[in-house]
Amino acid sequence: MLLEVEDLSVNYGPIEAIRNINFTVEEGSVATLIGANGAGKSTTLKTISGLLKTRTGRVVFDGKDITNMAPYVRVKLGISQSPEGRGIFPGMTVRENLDMGAYVRTDRKTPAYQEDVDRALTLFPRLEERIDQIAGTMSGGEQQMLAIGRALMARPRLILLDEPSMGLAPKLIQQIFSIITEINNQGTTVLLVEQNAAQALKRADTAHVLSTGEITQSGTGAELAGDASIQEAYLGGAV
Amino acid sequence: MQFFFDHFFELTITGLALGSIYALVALGYTMVYGVLQLINFAHSEVFMYGTFSVVWVFYLFGAGADQSTGSLIGLLVASMIVAMVVSGGVALLLERVAYRPLLKKNSPKLVALISAIGASFALAEAMGLRDRIAGFLGLEGTLTKYVAGARDNRSLPTTITPDPLFKIGDYNVTTVDLLVIVMALLMMFALDRFVRRSRLGRGMRAVAQDPSSAALMGVNSTRVYQVTFLLGGLMAGVAATLYMIRIGTTRFDAGFILGVKAFTAAVLGGIGNLRGALVGGLVLGVAENWGSAIIGTEWKDVVAFVLLVVILLFRPTGLLGESLGKARA
Repeated sequence: MLLEVEDLSVNYGPIEAIRNINFTVEEGSVATLIGANGAGKSTTLKTISGLLKTRTGRVVFDGKDITNMAPYVRVKLGISQSPEGRGIFPGMTVRENLDMGAYVRTDRKTPAYQEDVDRALTLFPRLEERIDQIAGTMSGGEQQMLAIGRALMARPRLILLDEPSMGLAPKLIQQIFSIITEINNQGTTVLLVEQNAAQALKRADTAHVLSTGEITQSGTGAELAGDASIQEAYLGGAV
Repeated sequence: MQFFFDHFFELTITGLALGSIYALVALGYTMVYGVLQLINFAHSEVFMYGTFSVVWVFYLFGAGADQSTGSLIGLLVASMIVAMVVSGGVALLLERVAYRPLLKKNSPKLVALISAIGASFALAEAMGLRDRIAGFLGLEGTLTKYVAGARDNRSLPTTITPDPLFKIGDYNVTTVDLLVIVMALLMMFALDRFVRRSRLGRGMRAVAQDPSSAALMGVNSTRVYQVTFLLGGLMAGVAATLYMIRIGTTRFDAGFILGVKAFTAAVLGGIGNLRGALVGGLVLGVAENWGSAIIGTEWKDVVAFVLLVVILLFRPTGLLGESLGKARA
């Protein structure tokens, strides 16, 4: 297992955000967490990245207990995140944002680095057109592409994607999801958090439903997509 | 008014020199604010410790009026390096002792401000009581030269005589004017380049724009905070050296007024903005000089602060606005 989340609980002050969560992500797979707003999906990702402290439980990455490691150490180990709300650096250009994604890398003067820039720009040709634009002046969809491209620049083994489809036009949503599949095909393990359950389940090897801080159902993407109660609650009654 | 017109060039050029010193100290306030949204009230003491380092280096080498130009330059270089080390060290110490424990606990910024005020008084008083501290350590005899008159003004021996270099208008620009302005500009240029080009500089800008995204990129925030304080300290060390060359006298509480002025310069230019610190410092230095020539020397602080209020009324974000994070090449 590349990632193991064991018995994880996180509080915001006195409020329990997630409670005794357990799941694993296999190397090379796409896993997804679906659920309503406020169910604890982003909290889970933030905790895996180390932005939030755990109350109970452990996070194990590639056999190493990373529960108490600083966020930057986790990035070095190979966990990268495209955060909720994109979190791009608004005052930097697209290129500088991509460079920030590679902050932990030491090979920035090498061709390998340039290849990764090219790879990100091939996945998102739109970014190439805007390479010297100030990121804060781009549209939401472009910023989303930048956030994912930037997360890839760390050459992560595991990429955490928090609501990549949020606020995007339907056509763009399709595009983003096929790029996610592409990223996975290129060898990166993906943990995807989504409100767009239909798309997420279609692409996921394993899926978990989060509801008010707890995992209520788990299975393969296809299993959950075929489950009547999930269709009712998250898929608008039909797939 | 006639005096103002008669001395216009002198007032302006010496104002620019004074303003350069404000600007260098202002950088420390503005960087810490840009990165941590925190006002490092104790930065004035970082500067003050630098001024004493310069005095002590001069004492140590027994400098006097008979210095050759060569040895004087050597002495100035040495005291600047020592002042940078001392001020940088004090700044790092502040980060470690007065801020990091609070940041770790997610304390409100107000708590950090109080901590800074406390640190500021503690540092100033430690300097003002250095004779007692030396006595306590049993070093009074060995350190007499350095700790005598702990609460009085301390001056550099008269080693530096400004030589006229060239005329602007009717004012003879001196070596000291030129040294102060050129040195300050060089330092600011170097700092600006560091923040824009180096990896840690980009880390600083990233933390300033979005601390949690920066953490997700693998930026070590503690390291960034240290570097931010250190750079501010180094600039204050340079400022302290130039201040001693120009003014020549310091005291344990000399940081206070200068610190308030430098902070004003930072706000005037747009706090969080490196180039704003330069603009704010220069504007403030010149305004002070002009104001004291037009109304009277005793009014110069009034002029400076009225100017601040008026500018902020019309431009609440300062002359250049933008934050460190958003500032661009």
